Amino acid sequence: MLSNLDPIVLARAQFAFTMSFHIVFPAFSIGLASYLAVLEALWLWTGREVFINLFHYWLKIFAIAFGMGVVSGIVMSYQFGTNWSAFADKTGPVIGPLMAYEVLTAFFLEAGFLGVMLFGLDRVGPRLHFFATLMVATGTLISAFWILSANSWMQTPTGYAVNSDGQFVVADWFKVIFNPSFPYRLVHMVLAAYLTTSLVVGAVGAYHLLRDPHLAGPRVMFSMAMWMAALVAPIQILAGDQHGLNTLEHQPAKVMAMEGHYQSHKDGAPLILFGLPDQAAGRVDYAIEIPKLSSLILKHSLDAPLAGLDTVPRENWPPVPITFWSFRIMIALGFLIFGLGLFSLWTRWRGTLFDSRPLHIFALTMGPAGFIAVLAGWITTETGRQPFTVYGLLRTADAASPLAAPAVGSSLLAFVVVYFIVFAAGAIYILRLMAASPHHGEQGPSGDMPARAAGITPASGVAGQGALS
Amino acid sequence: MIAAIDLATLWAFIIAFAVFVYVVMDGFDLGLGMLFPLFPAKADRDVMMNSVAPVWDGNETWLVLGGGGLMAAFPLAYAVLMPALYTPMIAMLIGLVFRGVAFEFRWRTTSARNRWDIAFASGSLLATLAQGVALGAILQGVHVEGRHYAGGWWDWLSLFSLLTGIALMIGYSLLGATWLILKTEGALREKAYRLSWVLLFAMLAAIAVVSIATPFLSIQYAQRWFAWPNVALAAPVPIAVAAVTALLMRSLGQKQDSRPFFLVLALFALSYAGLGISMYPFIVPQSITIWQAAAPQNSQIFMLVGVAGLVPLILGYTGWAYWVFRGKVRAGSGYH
Repeated sequence: MLSNLDPIVLARAQFAFTMSFHIVFPAFSIGLASYLAVLEALWLWTGREVFINLFHYWLKIFAIAFGMGVVSGIVMSYQFGTNWSAFADKTGPVIGPLMAYEVLTAFFLEAGFLGVMLFGLDRVGPRLHFFATLMVATGTLISAFWILSANSWMQTPTGYAVNSDGQFVVADWFKVIFNPSFPYRLVHMVLAAYLTTSLVVGAVGAYHLLRDPHLAGPRVMFSMAMWMAALVAPIQILAGDQHGLNTLEHQPAKVMAMEGHYQSHKDGAPLILFGLPDQAAGRVDYAIEIPKLSSLILKHSLDAPLAGLDTVPRENWPPVPITFWSFRIMIALGFLIFGLGLFSLWTRWRGTLFDSRPLHIFALTMGPAGFIAVLAGWITTETGRQPFTVYGLLRTADAASPLAAPAVGSSLLAFVVVYFIVFAAGAIYILRLMAASPHHGEQGPSGDMPARAAGITPASGVAGQGALS
Repeated sequence: MIAAIDLATLWAFIIAFAVFVYVVMDGFDLGLGMLFPLFPAKADRDVMMNSVAPVWDGNETWLVLGGGGLMAAFPLAYAVLMPALYTPMIAMLIGLVFRGVAFEFRWRTTSARNRWDIAFASGSLLATLAQGVALGAILQGVHVEGRHYAGGWWDWLSLFSLLTGIALMIGYSLLGATWLILKTEGALREKAYRLSWVLLFAMLAAIAVVSIATPFLSIQYAQRWFAWPNVALAAPVPIAVAAVTALLMRSLGQKQDSRPFFLVLALFALSYAGLGISMYPFIVPQSITIWQAAAPQNSQIFMLVGVAGLVPLILGYTGWAYWVFRGKVRAGSGYH
């Protein structure tokens, strides 16, 4: 059965599947690590117990999400070799060092201080513990820096040469690392991670406020999350717009696919809101369009000409339907998040932030919106780069390992089964933790482990709390 | 005998160092996982888990450095070996997934029979077996044409690779048992002493069998071991193994606390040195040397700067984390 399939399609499916599962965890843990650092800082600064309770509450969730991110991330780092060995050979001299620096500057930092962050508060004291939390949070951001630099180089390669073995080699490290799309992608992704986390925190806060609007912990976390959403969503829309203009400059075919522009428009291209892209026929059916708006957005002029995919050789077309739809899902969710932020500002101004059921229900439904938007955004940018792995230079078909379909197919099947079992269980455990409200004397991960909790008498727990708060 | 140390050789040592640190640090975690079925009591398992919970993630990071560093410094070797070791690599990754999530999940489940304990033990076993098999598969050589792996996806499987797989399971289990001697007390520690004796004899047998089988894989191994100047390097290895074994037996007999663990590490270091002598200067035995696989000099130099500056720092704060969680892990008190 498997031998009839194309091994490259299977390898792509495997990368898409394992990557989609993986990206959810870093997107959440980048934001959550920073949020934990803020909570601990507020606790150290104000001494208010609510902050350390919230810190411990989210720390338990962070521990599970981070663990799942680590194990799914190791799979990614070996998949370059197992399924994409030609890519690894050709781009290793460029991409490899960026990933090696990610390991050296980020992974070790996170992993080295994670143990102290999770279990070490009583052992090292609050100040050193806060330092550990800061190191973990910094590590997640440094990790984003390197991996997005590597990904951006595959989108907009600069600073390279090609040697006699057909390998990409580095001519200028600065141009490789700070390639043209990197600053935009880095800002867009880090903001996305912060928004994703604020939506999750906001949804958990809203869930508990719906049941009891007077709970201290949920009030604080909901208010913080809504500030974040209200402030960052408009910045993210601006950053996304700039990222789009950068893509238009360096990867025009991707923007054509996002816009559904199969045809060129000499005097003003319409913005296609919805429609059904027909890749074979090269047109968008049932399109609902706003005349000239695409030219206004992309060129800041109503009558500016915009080239379409008819200017690109057919064998270089990205798969328009996927890119077109995932882009729309991301944009729609972005504006919904912006709307949630505005709604929260309005209720805050009216003094009903903690009592407005419509706001809480809205925030609760938007809980997973950040994850979906992140996935949709990544699908847009990665399918929009096709049919290339390194844009314009290395075709995906030439990047794969010399493996037969049964090998790639069975490993794909194994990952699907294992990931659904493992990450479904993880999601259930996280949701179970979220279903409980943060309470007085909240314990971190160590407090939940029976072997550890058994030794804590209520008295020592209270004394510890008193000494620390 | 003393070749000039060039960049590729330096990087071969760095990658070898990263892989060795991984073996040293994750070896006892995985070994402890494989010993789980022998310790059915929940209290014992809680202590075992707590003895590695704060450090396992950092331990596993060395595997990422080994893999990532290989891709960066020797992309051709990475590109040839990963498809050649396809099935063991996938098996190892899946084993590590189950092992890794179990650290958090086993405290979260509400069911009485903890399925994540089974996931922890079987994940550790699968990952170890796969690593050992991968080692054997590398040593027996892979079929290369041009810049690609050209063999089938079952080529890795042989009696020899299964032998190295089992040998690594024994070795990691011995590391795990001596780690338990170091970190626990009471009946749990007594049991770890008894297990260490059994596993030590099994490990000596495994070292002997693998050492005898290796020269039969290829005449090149025999030449490399017994030809001058390598014989000067290779000959002291078995003598040192015998000496360390004697010390280890005395140390177990006297029920010393930390020394057994470090002596087992010494056994690993000696076996590892033997491997290095067997392989050098090939990175894919009999096909690709480190110079053929090396990335361009500017890639290797760029990373060398990072390694020189950062690895001492990493070892420093990793050491600090171990220091924070030093001492015995007690049932009912854990880290409090």
